[in-house]
Amino acid sequence: MSAVGWTPSEREQERARARRSIRRRGVLLATAATVVVLGLLVVGIVASPGWDRFRETFLSWPHAKEAFPDIAKGFWLNVKMFLVAEPLILLLGGAVAIVRSTVSPLLTPVRVLAVLYTDFFRGVPTILVVFLFAFGIPALRLQGVPNDLAVLGTAALVLSYGAYVAEVIRAGIESVHPSQVASAEALGLSRAQAMRFVVLPQGVRRVTPPLMNDFVSLQKDTALVGAVGVFESLFAAQDYGNYTFNYTPYLVTAAFFVALTIPLARFTDWMGRRMMERERGSR
Amino acid sequence: MSALLEVTGLRKSYGDKVVLDDVSLTVQPHDVICLIGSSGSGKSTLLRCLNLLEDIDDGVIRFEDAEISDPRVDARAVRKRIGMVFQAYNLFPHLTVLDNCTLAPRQVHGVRRAEAEARAQELLERFGLADQAAKHPDKLSGGQQQRAALVRALCTHPTLLLLDEITAALDPELVGEVLEIVRAEAERGMTMVLATHEMAFARDVATTVCFLDQGRILEQGPPAEIFSNPREERTRHFLRRVLPG
Repeated sequence: MSAVGWTPSEREQERARARRSIRRRGVLLATAATVVVLGLLVVGIVASPGWDRFRETFLSWPHAKEAFPDIAKGFWLNVKMFLVAEPLILLLGGAVAIVRSTVSPLLTPVRVLAVLYTDFFRGVPTILVVFLFAFGIPALRLQGVPNDLAVLGTAALVLSYGAYVAEVIRAGIESVHPSQVASAEALGLSRAQAMRFVVLPQGVRRVTPPLMNDFVSLQKDTALVGAVGVFESLFAAQDYGNYTFNYTPYLVTAAFFVALTIPLARFTDWMGRRMMERERGSR
Repeated sequence: MSALLEVTGLRKSYGDKVVLDDVSLTVQPHDVICLIGSSGSGKSTLLRCLNLLEDIDDGVIRFEDAEISDPRVDARAVRKRIGMVFQAYNLFPHLTVLDNCTLAPRQVHGVRRAEAEARAQELLERFGLADQAAKHPDKLSGGQQQRAALVRALCTHPTLLLLDEITAALDPELVGEVLEIVRAEAERGMTMVLATHEMAFARDVATTVCFLDQGRILEQGPPAEIFSNPREERTRHFLRRVLPG
């Protein structure tokens, strides 16, 4: 049976018109509400007593242009730190999560280490870890360990975020129903194989949205490395402000970060939606 | 006597696939309408259309003397008056049985906690679940879960109850305990529309049996007539396959 040979009844056509008008009213209402709310926000800010002074120090076009090249150069360093840190974090977090989900008595010491690691690095403020790495590791004068602050800062980010990501992945692993392990083992798979082929794929897929969330957050936190004097974008902006007493470069830096995080955030949304549709059917 | 629910010329399609085609059905108060037919004949879709879980493509649904298929109608107001039970129970796993039953009365109907719990307890008792009230649904057997789902639907005093193959996911030995209370509710005068594969139950309890085939109600009438003297060849063929002997 197909849709051919059917014309909507009079009543249905009228209903379609009603549906259209309801939809139209919805769009109108949304537009009006948005304009009013945003308008009030803008008016509220512009009417503030310090607005003129604010515009001078934070919204100066010449200063923005002048600081732009240094900030862009610094931002490229942020991007590099992020690109290097992200895969390392996934590896570290995945490894720690898997270790924590093992049951073998032989692996107890590794499990204890994994627990201590996540407890410590999730508990200590990230910026403090950056300080410890940047100042502490060179002080040890170890042979063959780089003294470059950007490298040490990135290492600090990897360890700090690795602990978060490990917990997210572990949550994913634990969310997979035990019956899945049972049916994998019933097929003769080893525990490790069951983890690799059955549990991990399902678990990681389920926690992809929170993982992406952590990565958006990591993009921003690369700016923490600026606190130890690495010329990334925020430090470049700060440096400029210290010489000229103009803070427009901060907003330029903010624009850079937003331009990078928004696409990733939209991508995260899209991926979450797609996964839900695939698993539950799109209806 | 005016009908409680009146469906005329209902049409529903998903893309090119027409799932319901020119379906008309009248439900009087205290009727028990059984929808029978093979899987994919449109029984579940019809039930989902009746409480507006699905948008319809054409036709009119009238409930309690008002057209509810109008897009301007508040679907929640309609659903407040119609109860529904699903094949997979769909109890909320994070709430106890009692909380499952009092959620809608308290949040939607504004009933006070004590009152809602008294009503739920009374129904749970009637359905043999008094000692399960404090448990979470996953601790219950399938039959107990489905009975709890029935209680949940009845707690809001619906005027119409829709049951969507509520015994299809149960072990054969648990089917009886669920059907028994559906029968008891029917005898108390509850108006029901139910999709079912339990022919013996339909024969005993239904006031009207509708045979659906490829999205159409091919034949409807009192169970005695449909089961012993079906008019359509398709109905005969279907009944031969599902009825033993």
